[in-house]
Parts: sequence; structure tokens; C-alpha cells
Amino acid sequence: MSAPAVEVQHLRKVYGSGHTEVVAIRDASLTIARGEIVGMLGPSGSGKSTILTAMALINPPTSGQVTIGGEAVLDGPKALVDLRAFRRQHLGFVFQKANLIPFLTALENVQIALEVNDTAPKAARARAMELLDYLGVGERAGNLPVALSGGEQQRVAVARALANNPSLILADEPTAALDSKRGRQVMELFAKVAHERNAGVLVVTHDHRTLDVFDRIVDVEDGTIHERAPSQTVKSS
Amino acid sequence: MNLAVRDIRHNSGRFVFTTLGIGLLLMIVMGMGGIYRGLIYEATLLVDRVGADLWVVQGGTRGPFAEVSRISASLEDRVRAVPGVANARRFVSHTIQRVHQGRPLRMVVQGLSWPEDRGGWIPLVAGRALRQAHYEMIADLSLHLPLGEKVTLGRDVYEVVGHTLGMVGTSGDGLTFFTVSDALAIQSDVPGEAVRLERAARRSRLENIEIGRLQPLLLDRAAGPSGSIPALSKPQVSAVLVSLRPGADAAAVRATLENWPDITVFSTQEQKDLLLSGMVDKAKRQLGLFRVLLIIISTIIIALIIYTLTLDKIRDIALLKLIGARNGVIGGLILQQSLLMGAFGYALAWGIGQFTFPHFPRLVVVEPSDLISLGFIVLIISTLASLLGIWKALRVEPNTVLSA
Repeated sequence: MSAPAVEVQHLRKVYGSGHTEVVAIRDASLTIARGEIVGMLGPSGSGKSTILTAMALINPPTSGQVTIGGEAVLDGPKALVDLRAFRRQHLGFVFQKANLIPFLTALENVQIALEVNDTAPKAARARAMELLDYLGVGERAGNLPVALSGGEQQRVAVARALANNPSLILADEPTAALDSKRGRQVMELFAKVAHERNAGVLVVTHDHRTLDVFDRIVDVEDGTIHERAPSQTVKSS
Repeated sequence: MNLAVRDIRHNSGRFVFTTLGIGLLLMIVMGMGGIYRGLIYEATLLVDRVGADLWVVQGGTRGPFAEVSRISASLEDRVRAVPGVANARRFVSHTIQRVHQGRPLRMVVQGLSWPEDRGGWIPLVAGRALRQAHYEMIADLSLHLPLGEKVTLGRDVYEVVGHTLGMVGTSGDGLTFFTVSDALAIQSDVPGEAVRLERAARRSRLENIEIGRLQPLLLDRAAGPSGSIPALSKPQVSAVLVSLRPGADAAAVRATLENWPDITVFSTQEQKDLLLSGMVDKAKRQLGLFRVLLIIISTIIIALIIYTLTLDKIRDIALLKLIGARNGVIGGLILQQSLLMGAFGYALAWGIGQFTFPHFPRLVVVEPSDLISLGFIVLIISTLASLLGIWKALRVEPNTVLSA
């Protein structure tokens, strides 16, 4: 049995100290298996994004452990590996906005993720084109982001996240800027990626219309994670 | 994938205008260096072209380029008698400013030691050398005097019979060549009233001394032309130029001449050194200071533009960090942009300079060594200018991309 895509244990994140101390995460533990897509829900300020950024290795926790693909990565604020190198090799990111680099074409936006991971330019280009085709935006490869629709931009962002075959994809409200039809397409895309490419996918979302695509849903409240019972998930019901 | 080129393509308008500004600044830096070179060239041009081995000037002076030097024209004959001397020529040089056809005409008057020196050594681009002892002149093209033009200088009229190109004096004024006697006539030209007053003064002085009272005929001589009074000296020249015989011992000739207490002797190189250390040195320092200031300004402008370009890309840089790009990729992006800006600015400066420098009022001489050294300076300032942007970029946290 392969190691989970990600495993976080007893995460705690505190900002400030003394009178200004704010506890963003109290005690959060979560495991996402490879090939599994998990939805994370919760009100604003509940700590969803803090958990996500801790798992993304860009906002280390005050305490707790993060293990990705079986490799211990963070022990509290202490990095156990080169975080930047680990991110480029094992993680993929998608955000509310596509965050494409405006001076690169759709193809180049995907290609750059491969090139920073030392893939040769020619191979990177071929792989980027393959991913854009896979996500249905191959014909827009030569366009700058400004010429793409919101849905197309998000697909390019997903392609970029998939570029290095990550074991974990983290998505922060990826459908917030899309209409319901486009939002559903993107969510289904994540499910497809998780299942076909055997990646763990964590999606932070407020969009209750697409909850059926998740294998599992967790709620975040006051900095703690609550596993939703299978009967409470739309898919199970 | 070259991110710098792609970003520049995306922000081409800003890049082009900034590069144009940098190019113009660098062109001025290049031009100032060229003006300095031009000053040296112009300052030493005459000394180089006149082809003398030794310059004999008034004793205790530094010669006609440094101060007033007056020596007797007959010194030419004394010098010729020194063993090892092949030839000696009188040298007269002075600057005049007159009005010609309603416009100011400023020129450097050079006297040629007629008839030995008819200006055969002068590189003419049109016309001919002097053919007669009076009333002919050779003028540099910068004076805009066409061949055949009649120019009134003092009481005489001179015809332009030959043209030179790029022969100017230390102050950038065009050179004109006359016979020595004409050059002296131009130099000593005084209004008729002044001549009359001088003659009256002579007569008055003579009347007040005993010999004037005893020999009244002398009073008539004193009131006549200066040239007919033996007691008055002949017109004096600025220097005597000495050419040595092939194989002659220059040091020995010089030692002989230096034994004469009324003169000072300089080699051609010493004359050039005097010119450069006296007249050009301050200009060199002034131009050098301006160049340094302009280079600093260029550095600041490049740094600010690169910094603002970096600020515009903060989210993109944060994203690159998030997806794992190394610092080298990010720093390289900024450094390359800065270098490209410097390189294009430099090329633009060179290109614009090719068209504009020939139209500058002073000669601009840009030598390959100057271009190379300015290229290195641009390389250094572009690198320095990128440091601020790189510093900012390296401080960007990857989670900046999430906060917007």
C-alpha cells in the first residue's frame, strides 16, 4: 500500500504573541490518500487557508508535522527538506484566480513549471502541450492569458499544477471566479486528475453545488478539522 | 525559456522609452569623452602637422601656446647657423575676431615663413598653396569662406586660395595661413588715428630731450613710419621652428641653442605636453566630472525602472517561488532585463552618436578603446542597477500570490 499523498498531524499555528496572539489552527490532523479528492469547507476565518498554506510549505505551522508522499517535510516550523525544491517536485497549486504569468502564453505558463524542475525545454514544451490537450485548451496554447476566458485560464492553471506529476494538488477556491457551469467543469477535472493520475487533491471551497465530486469532505471550524460523516456528503447521499 | 525577453516583449513600450532615455544619456557620456579626445586632437593638431623638431621661443616663457612669446625674426638666421639644423622658420600665431559680411569671423592666424615655406605641408582639400608674398590666404572649411572669397583684415584684402579640412586651433577656431609678413600686418594693424597719435607722441618725447632740440631733422624722422626708424625693432615673431638634418644629434643642437640666454627651447613633445597640461587639463576634469554624474544618473534611472518593473511582477515572482523556481531564475530574470536595457541603450547611444557627433560644434573623436571602456561601464552599472530589484524580488514571500 502506497503512502498517503499528505498527512498532517496536530497542526497548530499561532500568529503574534501576548495580547496580540491569534490562534489560526488549534489542532488539525488530516490524511489524504493518493487518488483521493477531498473538499475542505468552513466559514471565512476558520483556518482553511492557513491549513492549506501549511500543507503547501509556504506558511510553516507553529507545531505539528507535515508528511507528503511518505516523506516527513515539516516538524513544526522546522523544514526537514529543501522546501522550494520539494514544492516544485511534489506539489501542484491552483488558486481562486488562475495567477498565470501575464507575459507568457498558455503553453509557456505550463512549460515554465517544468523548466524550473530541470526538464529540458523541448521535452517541457511537448509535455505542456500534452497537458493542455488533456484539459481541452490545446488550441489556445499560443494565447496570452489576457486572451483566455476565466474557465480557460483556470484549466491552464490546472495544467501547470499537473506539470510535474505532483503527488498532492492543493486548490484554494478554484471555482470562485467562475460561473456554475465552468465551476463544475473544473471540479470534475480535479476529480478526473485525482482518479486517473493517482494524485491526492485537496480543494478548499465555498461552492456547495459541486460537493458531489468529492470523495470526502472535511469541515474546518475554529482551527480544527472535523471529518464529515459519509452520510453527510452529497456523493454518498 | 528566457523570461526576461518575454517580459520585455510584454512591456515593450516602457522598455523602449526607457532604453531611449538611457541611450541618449549614454550618448552624451560618449560624446563628452569624444569632445575631450577632440580637444586633445585639435590642441595638438598644429604642433603635429607643422613638423618641427625643436621650438625656439622667448626666453623664460613656455611658448606661444601658453603665453605671449616674442622673439626677433632675425633669430631665424642665427638658428640656421647652428650645426645640425637643416631649416628654421618663423612662426606667428594669434587669434583674431573680425566681422565679415555682417557675421563674426573668428580665426587663428598662422604665419608661413615665406618664401621658404609656402604651405606645402598643409593638407589641402581644395585650391592651392600660397603663390605670392602678400594678400593670399588658406582657410579651413569650418570658417565657411569659399575659394576666391575676398576677406578684409585690417587695411588689406586677402583672397582665399586654398582649403583645409578639420584644421582648427586649441580653442576650436579654424586655422588660416598667411605669409609671416601678412600675419604680422594683421596682428599689428592699428587704426590711422592711433598711428597718428603714436607719431605725435614720439615727436613730443623727442622735443623734450636734448638730442631732439640739437638735431631738429630727427623730429621729422620720428614722426615718420616705424620701419624707417633704425632705433625701433623690427616686428617680432612668436617662435622659430627648427628642423634638424637627418642623423643630427637633437640633444647637441638643443644644448647649443640653450646656451643662448634670450631663448628657451622645447621639443615638439614638450610643446604638446604644455598644451595638454595647460589648456586641456581643466576641460578634461570638467568633462570627466560630467561623465561621472551622467553615469550615476543613468545607473539610478536603470535601477528605478528595473525596480518598478520588478514591483509590477511581484505576484509573478511570488508564483515562480511557489512553483519552486530557484533564486537564480528570478535573479537572472531581473539581471538580464537590466543588462538588456543597458546593452540596447549603449547600442542606441552609438547609433545616434554616429549621426549627431559630426554636427557638434566641436570635434568629437570616439576611439575604439573609449567604446570598449564605456561598454564595460554600462555592464557594471546595469549589474549594479539590477541589485535593488533582485533584493526586492528575493524578499518576496511565495504566499504573496495567495494574498491578492
